[in-house]
Formats: sequence, C-alpha cells, structure tokens
Amino acid sequence: MKDVSFGQYYPVKSFVHRLDPRLKLLFLIVFIAAIFVADNFWSLGLCALVLILAVAFSRVPVGKVLRAVRGVIVLVVFTAAINVLFYTGKSEPLWAWWIFSVTREGIVFSVFLVARLVLLVTCSSMLTYTTTPVALTDGVESLLTPLKWIKFPVHVLALIMSIALRFIPILMDETERIKNAQKARGADFESGSLFKRVKAIVPVLIPLLLSAFRRADELGDAMDARCYMGDKKRTKYKKLVFTWRDLVAFLIGALMLAATILLRIYGADLFGVLLGPVI
Amino acid sequence: MYAIEFKDVAFSYGEGGFRIPKLDLAVKEGEFVAVLGHNGSGKSTLARLANGILEAERGSITVFGTPLDEKHLYEVRKQVGVVFQNPDNQTVASIVEDDVAFGAENVGAPREEIARRIDFALSAVGMSEYRHATVSRLSGGQKQRVAIAGVLALKPKIMILDESTAMLDPRGRKEIVDVVLRLNREEKMTVILITHFVEEALLADRAIVMNRGEIVMRGTPAEIFARHEELTTYNLALPRIAVIAQRLSEGGMSVKSTLEIEKLADEIAGELSCGS
Repeated sequence: MKDVSFGQYYPVKSFVHRLDPRLKLLFLIVFIAAIFVADNFWSLGLCALVLILAVAFSRVPVGKVLRAVRGVIVLVVFTAAINVLFYTGKSEPLWAWWIFSVTREGIVFSVFLVARLVLLVTCSSMLTYTTTPVALTDGVESLLTPLKWIKFPVHVLALIMSIALRFIPILMDETERIKNAQKARGADFESGSLFKRVKAIVPVLIPLLLSAFRRADELGDAMDARCYMGDKKRTKYKKLVFTWRDLVAFLIGALMLAATILLRIYGADLFGVLLGPVI
Repeated sequence: MYAIEFKDVAFSYGEGGFRIPKLDLAVKEGEFVAVLGHNGSGKSTLARLANGILEAERGSITVFGTPLDEKHLYEVRKQVGVVFQNPDNQTVASIVEDDVAFGAENVGAPREEIARRIDFALSAVGMSEYRHATVSRLSGGQKQRVAIAGVLALKPKIMILDESTAMLDPRGRKEIVDVVLRLNREEKMTVILITHFVEEALLADRAIVMNRGEIVMRGTPAEIFARHEELTTYNLALPRIAVIAQRLSEGGMSVKSTLEIEKLADEIAGELSCGS
C-alpha cells in the first residue's frame, strides 16, 4: 500500500518535466481549446503532432502514455459505436437495419471524435506524468493569485490541496490497518450482495473518520507551534521561474492554437469538401 | 534570567476535567531537563502551555524575560519549538525540504535565509541527504528527525519534545535522543524532554516527575532514581541499570546505586575480586 504513487508522477529529468507547472497547466487548457476548435483532420493532426513531440521530449515511455488511454477505452468504444450507428448523414447508408444506419460520414465523424478523446486523455495524463503533485499545487496557487483581488482564499485552498496530498498515503495505510483489524474480528468485505458489502464498510469508515479528525487536531497544534498565521507576511521558499524552455513551449502552444483557428476559418476553401470540416 | 519560567501557573480543561492546580518551574539556558510522568500526569499540557497553544488561567510564563501573552505570542513561539508525539501528524508538506521550510516561511524569512535554515536544520538532524525525499517513505525515526528540523528552521532557543519518542522503535528512539543530546551539547539548546521512558531521563541535567498535574519530584536523575519507592507510587519504573544495582545490593553485594554502566561494572568487578 505504501507504494501508491498518487498522481502517477513518472520521475525522470526531461525537457517537459522541467517546464514551469503554471505553463503546463495553461498549455493543457490551450491544448483542450485547440482540439475543440479543430474541425478537420489537418488541425487535429497538428495537435497530435505537438502531443507526440511532447511525449518524445518527456522521456515517459509510450506504453505508459497509452495505458492512460486504456483506462477510458470503454468510453471510447461506446462513443464510437453510438456515433457510427446513429449518425444521420446525407449520403446513402452503406448498411441499415431497424433504427441503425451506417454512413460514410458517420464513420469519419466517429473516427474524428475518438481521435479527439484520445488526444484529450493523453494530454491530461502527460501533465500528471511530468509534474509532481507539489509542483501542481504551487502552479494552481500561482495561477489563481489574481483571485485574491476578490478576496478568494487562494493560499488556504493551496494549503488544503497540499495537506490532502500529504495525508492520502497515511489515510490509505490507516484504512488497510482498520480493515485488517475488522477482518481479524470476523468482518467480511468480499462476499455477499452489493448492499451487504457496502454495509461492511461502515465499521471501517467510522474509525477512519475519527482518526482523521484526531490527526487534523494534532496537525493544527503542530502548525500553530510552527508559527502559522495564515498568509499574512508569509514568504515562499519555492519560487517558480520562467526559463527559455517555458518560452519555447509557450510559442508552440500559441502557434498550435492560432493554426487551428485559422484552419477552421479557411480550411474549407483550402482542402475542399473531401478533407474539409468534419463537424 | 531563565530560559523559561512558569510562575504559579494554573490551568484546567473545563469544569471537572484535568487540571493543573499550581505549577512552578524554572529552566536555565542550556539546561537539559527531563519531565517524567505517567499518562494523564499533565506533562503534555506543560508543553502546550509553554508556547501558548493552551492558555494559562492564572500565573505567568516568561521566555527569556518575554512574557507569554497575546502581544508576544509569536515572539515566544519562535523561541520555543515543540516537537509532538506522532511524526505523521506534524508534517505539512510531502517533500522533506518543503516541510522544513514551512516554519521559516510562516515567519516571513527571505528566500535565501530559508535555504540557509533548511541546510542548517537538516544537517543538525543528519538528514541532509534526504532533502528531496518523500516524507511518507521515511522510517519513523527519520520522520521525527524531519519534524525536529522543521522546528529548528524557526531558530528556537528552547526545544520541547513532547513524548516525541513514544511511537518509535528502539532504533528510532536512539536517533532522536542522539540528535537532542547533540543540540544540547553543541548548539547550547535548552531542552525539555517529556517522556515516560525513564532511561531517557538519565541523560538529563535535571529531572522532574509529574503526577496528576503537579510536580512531585525534582532533582538530578541520580537523586530521583535513588528514591525508587516513591517513584513506583507514581507508576514509573526504574531504569534497568538502577534495578540491577538495587537487586544486587538486596542480595548482599555492596554496590552503590549508580546510573552509569561502566561504574556499576567496575563496582561489581571490585566486589567479586574482594569476595574470592
């Protein structure tokens, strides 16, 4: 249980790992925007190319990246099937039965959607593969700083995030311990109906909650003892710095988004109907 | 001037709850004081009173002449570092250096200063090589050393260890005791070690015993362990070496009650060669 690397961070040193977490968060947002702006295979291909470059420069094994896709494979197949079977195109159906019909456009459209989905999942998982949870928290805090203007407790939110991350492995250990203690007293978590199994979890949850509250209490005292007084006059040790790497990544992101927008506007004229907009 | 002084301090956890009727204690700068006591003797309350986590109902607590009150709360807290019992429940960040930085960040130290403090604190507890390690993968003793480093980063003059060895295995306990001893001897840190392991009290300059919220025994460790019958009434056992000496003298061997292994060994050897 100890080895649960929450957030699936893949620890190597690479170009992508060294990027500023703020930039990576923004890049993910830009990337998602780009794949939703993209309405033809050329734009989507461009996004894919950028992503492939990112994977190549991150030194995360391709197998690991694909594993993230495997997690949503059911969703992908389901989406594809539904779209192929129910797409009502203008052209003659290639195959039809009852309420289902398969058209050429339907197939193209499904492939497009699946590509989008795969890109989306891969890009998000690249963020967690290459960024530690701590860096991610720092990045979120820094990006949300403008919200301090409207009195949004950015610092508190970031602290809650980092303490939560800190306590995940501890509480998982604890759950395992309590479960074993209950098993030793004859509790059965594996058999019976779903309802029965859910009910069996209650005697685990209650001691877990109690202990979590006790821990919170002690942590509060320990934070007080270390002079915690909110974020007034607090300094930060870790400083996020923008480097040339971040500039490169920023330019790539900006170009990609610009290209997808231009292709959406002028793409139909350039490539004609055949390879023009799918949506 | 005392490092920390409790004068006529009273405290209670509400009506009918645990209370400390009257506490007087003065610790000199650079002194190493062990506080012994069974569960519920009030020794942890002592630690929490000392840096203002709990507020006294009566009396005064002063740290290097500064009174512990609302106005001077953080000034005092900076000087009195407290390390608690459970290492898991006092670490804020997932990475060692981030956690050590926490206290220094709280008091608004500049970045370079924080880096220096982390260097100092981690080397003082012998954890420099774990600077970038994940806290949850360390052993109990290592985690507790990180907790000590976290307190050291505030540059305190007094360190209170509130049963900080209670949850550790013998090896982890030794790690902590060694670190504390070195801080006391080399950095001239004033140390208050709260424990129920009587063995740990042997290292102190002075020991006090608490029972039901009151200080019932004061003296050097040797003086305290000489009064073993009194000690047992407070549910405290003698250190093993004292037990051995006591049994030997009961058995007719004339050894003086001593708390140093070498001395006792010499005495036994002397006694044996005389007898033969």
